[in-house]
Amino acid sequence: MTLLAPTGAGHPPAAPPAARSGRRRLLPYLLLLPGAAWLLIFFGVPLLQLAAASLYDPSGSLSTGYAMTWAVGNYPDVVQAYWPQFLRSFGYAGLALVLALLLGYPLAYAIAQKAGRWKNLLLVCVVAPMFTSFLVRTLAWKTILSDNGALVGLLRDVHLLAPDGRLLATPFAVVLGLTYNFLPFLVLPLYASLERLDHRLLEAATDLYASPVQAFRRVTLPLSMPGLVAGTLLFFIPASGDYINAELLGSPNEYMIGNVIDSAFLVRLDYPQGAALSFLLMAAILAVVFGYLRRAGTEEVL
Amino acid sequence: MARETPAGDLRLADLTKRFGVFTAVDDLSLTIEQGSFFALLGASGCGKTTTLRMIAGLEEPTSGQVLLGDRDIARLRPYKRPVNTVFQSYALFPHLNIFENVAFGLRRRGIRSVDDEVTRMLSLVQLDGYGNRRPAQLSGGQQQRVALARALINRPQVLLLDEPLGALDLKLRRQMQIELKRIQTEVGITFVHVTHDQEEAMTMADTVAVMNAGRIEQLGAPADIYEFPATAFVANFLGQSNLLAGEATGVSGGDVAVTAHGTRFSVPAGRSRADHGPVHLGVRPEKLILVGSADQVPAGHQHVTGVVTDASYVGVSTQYLLRTGWGTELSVFAANSGTSTSVAVGSEAVAYWDPRHAFLLPRDAADSDRTSPVLDEPVGVSS
Repeated sequence: MTLLAPTGAGHPPAAPPAARSGRRRLLPYLLLLPGAAWLLIFFGVPLLQLAAASLYDPSGSLSTGYAMTWAVGNYPDVVQAYWPQFLRSFGYAGLALVLALLLGYPLAYAIAQKAGRWKNLLLVCVVAPMFTSFLVRTLAWKTILSDNGALVGLLRDVHLLAPDGRLLATPFAVVLGLTYNFLPFLVLPLYASLERLDHRLLEAATDLYASPVQAFRRVTLPLSMPGLVAGTLLFFIPASGDYINAELLGSPNEYMIGNVIDSAFLVRLDYPQGAALSFLLMAAILAVVFGYLRRAGTEEVL
Repeated sequence: MARETPAGDLRLADLTKRFGVFTAVDDLSLTIEQGSFFALLGASGCGKTTTLRMIAGLEEPTSGQVLLGDRDIARLRPYKRPVNTVFQSYALFPHLNIFENVAFGLRRRGIRSVDDEVTRMLSLVQLDGYGNRRPAQLSGGQQQRVALARALINRPQVLLLDEPLGALDLKLRRQMQIELKRIQTEVGITFVHVTHDQEEAMTMADTVAVMNAGRIEQLGAPADIYEFPATAFVANFLGQSNLLAGEATGVSGGDVAVTAHGTRFSVPAGRSRADHGPVHLGVRPEKLILVGSADQVPAGHQHVTGVVTDASYVGVSTQYLLRTGWGTELSVFAANSGTSTSVAVGSEAVAYWDPRHAFLLPRDAADSDRTSPVLDEPVGVSS
């Protein structure tokens, strides 16, 4: 704007200052435009459409058409019909999150602080499964856990599993699948946080009478909170809405809310119900996330 | 913790630390009296920080002992030692406010009511009312004082300071030097201060150990070391010296006779560390007095003649370079006290000194004159 402004911006020197500053002010909005348009067309509009659909007359169908009757009753109806699937979704996602934390925190810590020159290779290993499709990986688990598979055979032989016991089509298989599939989303942000951790702070903590456990609790853990919060959200949000794992590794007894929405839209063609369920799921996740962020209290994330 | 255990000196016995083939600290032995302010002075890479880290427990010695009183603490985990450190980078916990930073050590030892102690400590380092701030909101000098309070509040038997003033600007540094000395006198804890800044070491410490290549070159009171250095390294690391290569030819009448560059000099035997063979005859630049001709040299003084090649006026003094007949440039500091006249560059001049101000050091036969100071290493790259 002035002659003292840092050089290298490279705008034409001929433009009068007023025009230049006007363009400057517009620039951020111009940069926002493509993304905003994309969001509006592919997120905003469908969202409104879905909101409208959730209030259609539930007695309509694809063939007879839907009437907009502001049927608010759709919401209590779906809660009554599918609250077990809701609970199961959050239960499974929560359980998977706990498992993923137990696996992922030490992993991220080891890569960030102890891996030395192997750091990049290990990171690639974390991300590598993503090179194959989510679906294929889950199908692979289906093979591993199958009743005729080596794993089940072994477990039956050592009597960890009853002779007719199975792994597939159990809550265990679904939680395992969720843990496996979303683990990288937890590990990567955690890694980023732990990588920045200054080991001199840990030295200072031990110098100030903190045992290794105390140093972890009082220094490492709080300083990795931003990554921990981001990672748990990136893990929990897709995991609680997921339906592939329950579909492929579970049975209808393990169905989560995603499976119900899937069948409402694609099998039963009950659009008002599917839309209402989708909105409820969104609201529930938002509530969980905000509650969590408030408790975690990390200004750094938001 | 420190209050229950019996008092005692800190003793390092045959302490050695090797990293692979590199010996950082080489068979170091020294005793640091309880309650003293001790400075480990040396250029970067001389092993002073490694020594400090071994006392703190952050580095395990390859061999040797660290004794506190009569207890060997060399293999004790850092959190079990009555020793605290003020780190070079301060290492304040960024997620905790100043109060919690200072209270950290007390809380880890399970002390519940910390309020009074923390408040007292914050006021000792003149940071009353800063308890709720975060470290990032404080200036460098303030952070430094928090680091000090955080360590001192534990009343350690020994407080270790690792270049604590390195990151501060000169004026703040002077201020903190005085402050640190005041606090040390007030709390009476043994301070072990690591620094590469000779002025800092001399200002604050009761005892200075000059380290070089993992060994102690000289240990003593700052004035003793400065006035009568033990080695050529010390003579030029602690201040600056003009060292002339010569041959000592033995003692006669309480003086050691020296021949250097064809001229005969003498040094009192009490200020000679060698009385025969190759020696360095040393005189500090401020002990040299510059006059126009040899007849102005008072009786009993010794002199060399040369040409003034440079004169820089630095306020309190004027620093001259005098090129001698054999080509060595001697430094001469003339105080601007108004009693001496200035000497023009290019003119012939005579530098004289009182033999009682000279000193004699043993010399490697291959060594010639040494007059340039050992340059200060940049801050932040110490070993």
